[in-house]
Amino acid sequence: MAGSFDTVLVANRGEIACRVIRSAREMGLRTVAVYSEADADAPHVAAADLAVEIGPAPAADSYLVGEKIIEAAKKTGAGAIHPGYGFLSENADFARACADSGIVFVGPSPEAIAAMGDKAAAKRLMEKSGVPTVPGYSGEEQDDALLVQKAKEVGFPLMVKAAAGGGGKGMRLVEDEASLPSAIESARREAAGAFGDDTLLLERAVVAPRHVEIQVLADRAGHTIHLGERDCSVQRRHQKVIEEAPSPAVGEELRAKMGAAGVAAAEAVGYEGAGTIEFLLDADGNFYFLEMNTRLQVEHPVTELVTGMDLVEWQLRIAAGEPLTVVQDDVEINGHAIEARLYAEDPENDYLPATGTVELWETPELGALRVDTGIRTGSEITPFYDPMVAKVIAWGSDRDQARSLLIRGLEETSALGTITNRPLLTAILRAPLFAEGGATTAFLDELPESPAPTSADMAAVIGWLYRERLCEAASVAPGLEGWSSGGALTSAMRVAVAGEEHEVRIVDHGGTLSVTVGDAEHRVLLDAPAPVVDDVEIPVRCIEPSRGRVLAAFPGFDLEMVDLTALPPGAGDAGGEGVLLAPMHGKVIAVEATAGERVTTGQRLVVMEAMKMEHEILADIDGVIEEIVSEGSQVGGDQLLARIAAA
Amino acid sequence: MTVFKSKVDPASDSFRKNREEMLELVAEMREVESRAVERSNSRADRFHERGQLLPRERIAHLLDPGAPVLEIQNIAGYDPNEEGSLPGGGVISVIGYVSGTRCIIVANDSGIDAGAMTTPGGWKTIRCEDLALENKMPIIFLVESAGANLLTYRVEMWGLAGRTFYNQAKISAAGVPVITVLHGSGTAGGAYYPGMSDIIIGVRGNGRAFLAGPPLLKAATGEVADAEELGGVEMHSTVSGLVDYVAEDDADALRICREAVARMHWDPGAQPRAGFEDPLYDPDELAGVVPVDPRQPYDAREVIARLADGSDFLDFKPDYGPMTVCVEASVMGHPVGFIANNGVLDNAGSGKATHFIQRCTQLGTPLVFLQNINGYMVGIDAERGGMIKNGSKMIQAVSNADVPRFTLMIGASFGAGNYGMCGVGYDPRLVLTWPNARAGVMGGEQAAGTMRVVAEERAARKGEPVDEEQMEAFAGQIVDLYSAQESAFVTSGRQMDDGMIDPRDSRRVLGFGLAMAEEGDNRKVNPVSFGVGRI
Repeated sequence: MAGSFDTVLVANRGEIACRVIRSAREMGLRTVAVYSEADADAPHVAAADLAVEIGPAPAADSYLVGEKIIEAAKKTGAGAIHPGYGFLSENADFARACADSGIVFVGPSPEAIAAMGDKAAAKRLMEKSGVPTVPGYSGEEQDDALLVQKAKEVGFPLMVKAAAGGGGKGMRLVEDEASLPSAIESARREAAGAFGDDTLLLERAVVAPRHVEIQVLADRAGHTIHLGERDCSVQRRHQKVIEEAPSPAVGEELRAKMGAAGVAAAEAVGYEGAGTIEFLLDADGNFYFLEMNTRLQVEHPVTELVTGMDLVEWQLRIAAGEPLTVVQDDVEINGHAIEARLYAEDPENDYLPATGTVELWETPELGALRVDTGIRTGSEITPFYDPMVAKVIAWGSDRDQARSLLIRGLEETSALGTITNRPLLTAILRAPLFAEGGATTAFLDELPESPAPTSADMAAVIGWLYRERLCEAASVAPGLEGWSSGGALTSAMRVAVAGEEHEVRIVDHGGTLSVTVGDAEHRVLLDAPAPVVDDVEIPVRCIEPSRGRVLAAFPGFDLEMVDLTALPPGAGDAGGEGVLLAPMHGKVIAVEATAGERVTTGQRLVVMEAMKMEHEILADIDGVIEEIVSEGSQVGGDQLLARIAAA
Repeated sequence: MTVFKSKVDPASDSFRKNREEMLELVAEMREVESRAVERSNSRADRFHERGQLLPRERIAHLLDPGAPVLEIQNIAGYDPNEEGSLPGGGVISVIGYVSGTRCIIVANDSGIDAGAMTTPGGWKTIRCEDLALENKMPIIFLVESAGANLLTYRVEMWGLAGRTFYNQAKISAAGVPVITVLHGSGTAGGAYYPGMSDIIIGVRGNGRAFLAGPPLLKAATGEVADAEELGGVEMHSTVSGLVDYVAEDDADALRICREAVARMHWDPGAQPRAGFEDPLYDPDELAGVVPVDPRQPYDAREVIARLADGSDFLDFKPDYGPMTVCVEASVMGHPVGFIANNGVLDNAGSGKATHFIQRCTQLGTPLVFLQNINGYMVGIDAERGGMIKNGSKMIQAVSNADVPRFTLMIGASFGAGNYGMCGVGYDPRLVLTWPNARAGVMGGEQAAGTMRVVAEERAARKGEPVDEEQMEAFAGQIVDLYSAQESAFVTSGRQMDDGMIDPRDSRRVLGFGLAMAEEGDNRKVNPVSFGVGRI
């Protein structure tokens, strides 16, 4: 292409780095990856032509250090830096530093970033530009009394937000006046921690709205178009989970209105490149400006699939100074696309981020299914970065077709070795309200029910565990495994699934097992490539069991089964009462009790920050603190945080 | 490599007939076994109500899943001539693996008569203890017994049963652990199973041990006591100190037991033998190779070929004393000397067997006897040839061969042939019977014929005529007396072996036993001898 650069450095990691590298390479550009010590073996490093290590695992020491990235670009001759999303993508100083170093920042001008980065100022600017906004307070005066006063004027329920924020950090929903002070306090702390700026703004909460956003593209000459909307209403903790284009709630007319508002918003800041204007859409078709994301969005693929446009390619073209050759009338929305974000997290456990080694990563090849991923089998999911590990996106000629394909795609995806939200994703896609297109941002306040393993599913997995026991038996008594002089050998096993123990009886008929779980008896064929239970092949993929543990991916859920009969003595002992362990790797940011102190059940003792979230560790019994961690310490998963002597 | 070439055609009519008949007997064996299982399991609701596991469930919980199991004396106490007779003697005993360690387990079958002790059950327990001691295998008692059945009291049972506790003391002193899991009552004698154990795991609420239960206590001294107060696990673990580990229920107790065994760091004694070849001829064919009718001859090598690794063996002196078959082979990686019969034991055959036994003993090679023997040769030629000497020589060799010896009763076993071929009286490590086997001092016809000859001679001496009718009736009685005791179901019921097996399992049984013996003979144990400890 007729660009000003032939090498682009991707200042990101994970799926988005892989995604950007893919388009850049297809355009004939040389690509440079950067990586932290934790990511040396990550797929984005392998995908790029060159890779530069930029420091220790914590993002603050690597991916967020602009100087190191600019230095890496200089070292590798990269004429452009694509920031992806997150990290430095909306950092005006970084964009400026790139320009100062003669490197093209793939994104808008620092001024446009800054204008939209200050949420309060942006809102004022939008009001001026005729873009509808939500009533609220975004003044510079920040003392508590004033905020309380302003909150009363705005009215409840309202949102307290970090002025510099995004992505749900430093954001609190406040139902009434009474809970306002504590929300202000915690939002401030989180805002200061995440953005180095504790300015807050208040905003009237639009109840059960849809989150609909407009994708815009603008070239250097100011030619701005929109590519229609995306509906991102299905969210948890203000993080998007499912996104689609077009929105089931948006017709031609509304699309034109919202699109025009999006274009107006972009033009108001002299926007350049790909950007997104987020709106809240209420049931009556009113929409309010929420914020503008001055970067590529996570969910950009759904727009790509319905418009046929490669947004990364356009970002790079525009950054290279090319004019936008597409005019608004050329933009056509074709069919429907839905994206599901696969997170390494536990929806059943308050979305607690999960870590671990990916022991099996497999995705299906299914026609119009697209998988953007940043992991592979063997990848380590560390606590240092965002828990999103992949996106599965399906296109269909209509919404139902896309939805069916996506369900199928997710059901045939194996992500084993960590906990993921895969079961939740399929459950959402199957939920009647979602199927009807009626999901609002309140949709996930109650989790749709995910399928649970049946006794036949359990029997299939037990078969694998039993086979491991047979191998062990063969090692002590070769050639005699599974044999009893009394006829068929009967074994008793105790297995644990999700913390629940099950007594299992297995009768070995040589190749065929009778497996009794609870009251149900099943016939399991042992030597089949896929387990056959009661003559039916079970569609499950698993990693070979080792040391009494097996991981299995069923269409609607993952299952980890542990054979307790195989465990060495004492291995089943969990932390007893009063023993508080770190739920995951992270940093202790607050310690609110001291050794010797008397505490009561439910009292907050420790606050941990892990995976960019705060986790409260509460006393689980009444008693006296015997031992407690110190503030600022970095702890590993399952490490002792506090021990309470019962009293 | 001397691979045997079989002449048996598995597609032949005779093979099919043999197999059909043999499998019928196997089915009969399984039916007999299932009687005890069903009777015991009929109490399932009662057990589960009390939060208990059935005795067989206890064993399954204790053993390693998927690991092999050899049941000991499965037919003990069974009498085919008695209506509704149950096998097992009220005791279930198996050799199996607990936390990777081969152990022998003796469990009261408390689903039957509340685990009351029986005479066969007593002998069975003593045999299991002998196996534990000889093979240095930890022994685990799963106790729940009402004690002696007062209604079927037999004085000898009381007296001889003392041996069970004597054995516990000897096993323990030899450095072999004795463990008891107290699942239910251990009353009177039953209280000494835990009492004589190295460690005791008691189930709270159900486990009890007392020398006199509440009824006997009341009868004997007039003292009225609640069973739990008198001998409950709670009391024994906090007051008397009898119980070492308290479990919340049966499953928990067996988990603790598994852990206790895992922590014994028990010397395996020998590495498992692996990498051996399967027989060229499927052991499954054993059911069709051997005719159920003992009068039909067959080549014993056909049996060996289905037991030996690779069906590969070296025939010793094949043309000398050919009715006695001696071969060197290996079974599941263990070298063995097989001795089998293609006819009676004659002078040459006895000498050959003696030579072979002595040579195997010299080499430390275990011996496997496949008994299908009608006895030692009789007659003028045989006697003049030194049959007594030669037979005795063989019995000498068998008795004093200090290598592990195993015996499979695969057909006939009559007269002193049983002794020379390492019968039950000769302390084989394991002696197991096929369901078709027949045994006795002699056949019923021979016994009746002998009696007829003696009677005719007596009548002739006295010059009296022979009462033919009386003689016929008498001969009939003799035949019945002998033949009624010939069946393997009788001999196994009378505990003349360590159990009845499916012939098709013979190779596995031998492999299991050979490994057990090798481990036991090479295991380092720590026999204990302490000074006097004052209390």
